Amino acid sequence: MIVDKIKKREIPQNNKNSKIDIPVGKWIKCEKCKEILYKEKVRENLNICPNCGNYFRMHINRRLELIIDEGTYKKFDINVETTNPLELEDYPKKLKSLREKTKLEEAVACGTGKIKGEDVVICIMDSGFLMGSMGVVVGEKITYAIEQAIERKLPLIIFSVSGGARMQEGIISLMQMAKTTAALTKLDEAGLLYISVLTDPTYGGVTASFASLGDIILAEPKAMIGFAGQRVIKQTIGEELPEGFQTAEFLLEHGFIDKIVERKNLKDTIYDLILLHK
Amino acid sequence: MKAKVLSAWEKVEIARNSKRKTSLDYIEEIFDNFIELHGDRAFKDDKAIVCGLGKIENQNYTIIAEQKGRTTKENIERNFGMPNPESYRKAIRFMKQAEKFNRPVITFIDTKGAYPGIGAEERGQGEAIAKSMFEMAKLKVPVIAIVIGEGSSGGALAIGVANKVFMLGNAIYSILSPEGYSSILWKDSSRYKEAAEKMKLTAKDLYELKVIEKIIKEPEGEDEEVFKTIANKLKKEIKTAISQMKKMSKEEICEERYQKFRNIK
Repeated sequence: MIVDKIKKREIPQNNKNSKIDIPVGKWIKCEKCKEILYKEKVRENLNICPNCGNYFRMHINRRLELIIDEGTYKKFDINVETTNPLELEDYPKKLKSLREKTKLEEAVACGTGKIKGEDVVICIMDSGFLMGSMGVVVGEKITYAIEQAIERKLPLIIFSVSGGARMQEGIISLMQMAKTTAALTKLDEAGLLYISVLTDPTYGGVTASFASLGDIILAEPKAMIGFAGQRVIKQTIGEELPEGFQTAEFLLEHGFIDKIVERKNLKDTIYDLILLHK
Repeated sequence: MKAKVLSAWEKVEIARNSKRKTSLDYIEEIFDNFIELHGDRAFKDDKAIVCGLGKIENQNYTIIAEQKGRTTKENIERNFGMPNPESYRKAIRFMKQAEKFNRPVITFIDTKGAYPGIGAEERGQGEAIAKSMFEMAKLKVPVIAIVIGEGSSGGALAIGVANKVFMLGNAIYSILSPEGYSSILWKDSSRYKEAAEKMKLTAKDLYELKVIEKIIKEPEGEDEEVFKTIANKLKKEIKTAISQMKKMSKEEICEERYQKFRNIK
């Protein structure tokens, strides 16, 4: 009974099928083990289910807390607005209400900060904002961040979580793949380190651009990572997919990521890697 | 006679028509001495992308082309023009050679998208596309991409990071198929015609959005004469664009390409 009440009160209808950290209320349901959990406990446990170990998706601010030294994050001062290239009527409205609801400007935040005293340029994506999809704003911000890393001669760290290119901006979203990738060629030529961290889920045009181009590619355990979505693959081949398909562990086995790192060790690992490139 | 104005969906149907000329048809018509060369040197020769060398007058070219089959048998061999990662890795091999031997690169785009399969994921479809764009963005030789039919999703853009992008008048270029778009955005795959109109996927739309630099108009009809007219126009445009770019330094060529994509908003 009480569980039912909690469910009704705390879990908004549109979030029923997601693992998103619910921004209001004190309770959260783990989509994996179905336990109703006290939010503060989950938070203390690095947004990991204390019951089954499932990794919850995180708000940008929480990720920043876990990775960047307190008080050192400075977001880049750039204002980018979508051009709404497909002239969709309800799209700007949708963005506006999402901004209010999520307290995010867009699906990525970029700036500078310190990791255990080491200066970095950091980009963090958020699945709570249109599934972390990449449109003009995400493409521009990430490209700007890459250019800043080059200018400031700093390592670049990108935490990816994304469904891919943003449908609402059509071909212009697709072109952000080329834009961000081209910017990375300049970072590469400048001899600077880029660590790409893949978190659950990373798919489509993000996997097929900057997320796969790190000098070092890390992933959180059991994160789902791929190019094509599972439904599309199933429809195409008419078969069931193998156990563990497109998990971080699967990618590691096939040679596409360098290391799986538990959330509690991510900051230290990134720090060690930065020092090993000095 | 005034040409009939086609709707976006009609263009999608034309672009997908199995009788539409494929990359190899254009390559054989435009280039002299075309020699196809095979394989990614790592796993296999994936036949959804054709690579090779050819000539127009005294200029050598590297050619990279997505190839749909012209018969059912060929379509099966070529996976209906849907590349696996090995196709992109083969393309990368030829891009690097183009730079080594200072040849311009001409790519032909015609695909429903990169293949969504188990093997493709196991062998890093996303990484292959990303790396193809990465290598292409770095090239110090002129690159022209030509969308001749269906240019759909990252599978098309993987060989589309060019200084100049040309598009045939009835070709389409989009983030994904109208069917996929309506299914994802409206949760209703039956609204594909409406999606096609909304998506801005025609040559005219993309020219206005500054995604492409030139539209190669297609006269009405499907006969050989029409095809030869289009191929000749394309050949002329390639020659003109390359002779202009040859006046630029290697760094300028690379920077021009960078700025083209940097400025798409």
